[in-house]
Amino acid sequence: MPTLPARFKLAFENFALDVDLQLPSTGVTVLFGPSGSGKTTLLRCIAGLEKAPVGYFEIKGQCWQDSTKKHFIPTHQRNLGYVFQEANLFPHLSVMGNLQFGVKRQTYSTVNSSDFQEIIDLLGIEHLLNRKPDRLSGGEKQRVVIARAILLKPDLLLMDEPLAALDQQRKQEILPFLIRLHQHLSIPVIYVTHSQAEVAQLADTLVVMQAGKVVAHGNLTDTFNRIDLPFAQDKGASSVWQGTLSSHETNYHLSCVAINDNALSLPLITAPIGTNLRIQIYARDVSITLAAPAATSILNILPAVVKEIKADNKGQCTVFLKVGQQTLLAHITQKSAQLLNLRPELAVYVQIKGTSLLG
Amino acid sequence: MLSPADLDTLWLTFKVASLSTFLLLLIGTPVAWWLARTQSPAKGFINALVSLPLVLPPTVLGFYLLILMGPNGALGKITNTLGLGTLSFTFAGLVIASVLYSLPFVVQPLQTAFNGIAQQTIEAAATLRASPLNTFLSVVLPLSKSGFLTAGILGFTHTVGEFGVVLMIGGNIPDKTRVVSVQIYNHVEALEYTQAHWLAGCLLAFSFSVLLVLYTVLKTPPQVQQLK
Repeated sequence: MPTLPARFKLAFENFALDVDLQLPSTGVTVLFGPSGSGKTTLLRCIAGLEKAPVGYFEIKGQCWQDSTKKHFIPTHQRNLGYVFQEANLFPHLSVMGNLQFGVKRQTYSTVNSSDFQEIIDLLGIEHLLNRKPDRLSGGEKQRVVIARAILLKPDLLLMDEPLAALDQQRKQEILPFLIRLHQHLSIPVIYVTHSQAEVAQLADTLVVMQAGKVVAHGNLTDTFNRIDLPFAQDKGASSVWQGTLSSHETNYHLSCVAINDNALSLPLITAPIGTNLRIQIYARDVSITLAAPAATSILNILPAVVKEIKADNKGQCTVFLKVGQQTLLAHITQKSAQLLNLRPELAVYVQIKGTSLLG
Repeated sequence: MLSPADLDTLWLTFKVASLSTFLLLLIGTPVAWWLARTQSPAKGFINALVSLPLVLPPTVLGFYLLILMGPNGALGKITNTLGLGTLSFTFAGLVIASVLYSLPFVVQPLQTAFNGIAQQTIEAAATLRASPLNTFLSVVLPLSKSGFLTAGILGFTHTVGEFGVVLMIGGNIPDKTRVVSVQIYNHVEALEYTQAHWLAGCLLAFSFSVLLVLYTVLKTPPQVQQLK
């Protein structure tokens, strides 16, 4: 699979960005990290909104920047879509005018009326077309902004915390649109966020950044479940597994999801057999036993091997386990860890009390 | 009633003010845009320079311009070499002086309007294929319409009202540099109070109606500081 090479070095007064990445040319790559870690700066460098003195970016055989050759294509000549954190619609234009703004300026636009209708339907904004931006809610504005960007049929879609300015309710309103959008688009998407929930729901590839540098980079399930990253210690820490819907037990209202050699029972999922699913398991919902429990109400019990244990200073510890090929995080008390004498390479069983389905 | 000479001064004033306003918008727009967007250390210096006519006595500005445009001044030498003669006591000289004198009244409202446009809006236009010039024409201009209207009106009215600078560099030459404010002064000097009343009344009515339009039609009327 071809990759998008992205190398940038840029120094501000009290911050320096230094990355050298090969980004995947399909799916959603999430840039994750605390504020000030350089995610947005990296995105702006890719878009050309920031001109890094040392930089290289190439997509579809087209070089957008090569500082060694003093080559720099200005933003307006790059075939990209950009969604800013604040929905910045042009206030003097209607929603329709905003949607057409970019299309009208493209030297070669391939958008026809059926594409237009499809995107408008996808984002549910048909009823807003004649309104002025000041008559839209925050969530509606953000949907129009996203439509405006993808109408350009860009080679690359860049999204800078598109949900951060919205309240929880609006976020829940937009997330399904984003998930649908990402299934619908065949172009690479680079998505900046500091929200774990968005990472778990949207990412295919995860890039974790800290202080201007990339500290981890890989596919979602491997990277997200790592114990050494900031996710693991978090109260809401979780692991994400990819699986396939394998069967239904309709009389119990349960569905069975195959994850490599293992299987999980989940509340009934209304989707055809064979559907790919993403499952989130909170570390606090995982408990550990030394022997297979004989009589328990918990359905999901899987054999596992302890790989690493990391204690905090509040009596809790994070246990990193391998369940077949999958990695899993568990939060237990330090007392339990001691009583069970947990140590690396110990074979145990994990009981998973609850799971949630993503996307 | 207004005498033919009075009408001439009114017409001349209108010509000076219109041409000056046109030039002011032409020069003031890039200056204001630069001031609104730049992070250059020269910003403070340029800002102070542009705002100088707000606080400088018009006679001081007029005096320096007189020297500059005179046969021994830098500008005078250039115009002389070009075969244009000296600019003092000419219509062209009057227009140049008016532009300098009214510059802050045009630059400041424009700068305020440009400052109100978020950097992100400009960047959004760039990500939507708009070149910098296209962004200026299709996003910045429509969003700063009221700023341009304010700038144009303030530039025009302020030029109409100038007196000190005109006296210093333009003098009192009929049809060339004798503008309304100078004519009123002439009438008063000659104790022609009726004539002075007519002209003064015209200016009063004009100025008030302009401000009335400014404050009732525009959503964001100019600040006192811009009006001085």
